[in-house]
Amino acid sequence: MTDTILETDGLTREFTGFLAVDGVSLRVETGTIHALIGPNGAGKTTCFNLLTSFLPPTRGTIKFKGRDITGMKPAMVARLGLIRSFQISAVFPHLTALENVRLALQRARGASFDFWRSDRALAVYDNRARELLYDVGLTGFAETVVADLSYGLKRALEIATTLALDPEMMLLDEPTAGMGHGDVDRIVDLIKRIRKGRTILMVEHNLSVVEGLCDTITVLTRGKVLAEGNYETVSKNPEVIAAYLGTADA
Amino acid sequence: MFGFSRAQSIAFILMVVLIAVCPFVLYPVFLMRVLTAALFACSFNLMIGYVGLLSFGQAAFFGMGSYVAAWTMKAWHVDASVAIVLGGLTGAALGLVLGYLAIRRSGIYFAMITLALAQMVYFFCLEAPFTGGEDGIQQVPRGHLFGLIDLNNDMTMYWVTAAVFIGGFLLVHRIIHSPFGQVLKGIRENEPRATSLGYRTDDYKLIAFVLSCMIAGVAGGTKALVFGIATLTDVHYSTSGEVVLTTLLGGLGTVFGPAVGALVVTSMENYLAQFGAWVTVTQGAIFMICVLAFRRGIIGELGAFLKISL
Repeated sequence: MTDTILETDGLTREFTGFLAVDGVSLRVETGTIHALIGPNGAGKTTCFNLLTSFLPPTRGTIKFKGRDITGMKPAMVARLGLIRSFQISAVFPHLTALENVRLALQRARGASFDFWRSDRALAVYDNRARELLYDVGLTGFAETVVADLSYGLKRALEIATTLALDPEMMLLDEPTAGMGHGDVDRIVDLIKRIRKGRTILMVEHNLSVVEGLCDTITVLTRGKVLAEGNYETVSKNPEVIAAYLGTADA
Repeated sequence: MFGFSRAQSIAFILMVVLIAVCPFVLYPVFLMRVLTAALFACSFNLMIGYVGLLSFGQAAFFGMGSYVAAWTMKAWHVDASVAIVLGGLTGAALGLVLGYLAIRRSGIYFAMITLALAQMVYFFCLEAPFTGGEDGIQQVPRGHLFGLIDLNNDMTMYWVTAAVFIGGFLLVHRIIHSPFGQVLKGIRENEPRATSLGYRTDDYKLIAFVLSCMIAGVAGGTKALVFGIATLTDVHYSTSGEVVLTTLLGGLGTVFGPAVGALVVTSMENYLAQFGAWVTVTQGAIFMICVLAFRRGIIGELGAFLKISL
């Protein structure tokens, strides 16, 4: 039997007059890549916000590594090793690529409230930051201000920054959204390389990415789990096909 | 040196030289006004330029620092250094309370809350007996520094003011270029991302706010000693507005911008004073030109032109 790293029970989030996430019970097994798919407005991103405490759930519980993290502060969830990325590329645009990654590595020294110390104290992280940049194909961009990087490179940088925390579990919100083919392949390769020793939960629209990458797929529609299983099972499920393509009588 | 880039080191040396030479050419009391205004603007710039929070109540901390320094000098006859330190501590303590309430919001809401809280401080100062109400605290003695140096001489007072300014200026610079400052910049750039990396962003914002208020309090305390008065003007919202103007004009988020802005604004007030209401009209016009034509401020535009960070 495999271990469950993340487990939700009856997770619900209500916005005024509207159930964005409705009783979702999710179980993510340790070491797998788990995809969360579904049409627009299915509640995927809300789910991510709930899992990382960026939004408090209306009802339901979330357990990470067997520990109840419901209602915990988002920064605390991150410190437990559950790190998210964002749909819009989450970088620090006016810092250099190196500084972006270093800001994550800097977590290792604790809270960094030392305003009286020179930032040369951070130079010890430079080598590790360069290694991470190399891993995601950003060698040579270390000193570039991130605002000047292309979209695909920003997403790669975001993954490098997330990896810098060496998280046990990563939540990737549409890692390939808005990318050209070349960039998509690069990100898929990257995810394959970094999955070792980690669990990944990702929201993804690109089904070919999901097919090649994910062990388990959960389909959400209108805030509810519609189907779950591997790609084979899910892609043949008539309800899933109906949800994605619409039905004759819909 | 102190984490300055090469261009910044040159600019810093130039600034120190100017501070050293100017009192032999210009009226020292005017220059002290510039220096205290510059330190006040530096404290404001720490919040707006590096945390991205517009505090519209910075005068509350400046003014309370000024009142406390003036009162302790006059009533307790403390040492000048003690008065200035107490001014700073007052700013910090008040900043801790008001900041705790205000940092939960950002953008325009943060500006409005700080303005509202600063107005409360203003009315407190208007009513509280120790502030002297409309009269303020007048004829504050300058006293002695470390029990030795008599500050009644303008030149002596000037060197002390200059030292306080340079100390505060370097402190702000160190804060910005520290591991803590790096986190602040992350918060300014993308707060949700900083949170997702495990930083409790409110804690950083609060510490930065308290530091900023402390420096504002030191500036206020020093100003009270220089002019021998603490009045309601120091806590008035127009003083908060003026520091916004000063910093914008000099260059938001630049190292030297607030000092240059303070020099320009204070000079205008000083040399245009004979034209009465025209001072505010001129300030308004310059502010509009700044917003329309050179948004990065004097130093921001200069830095962009020379392709260096000043």
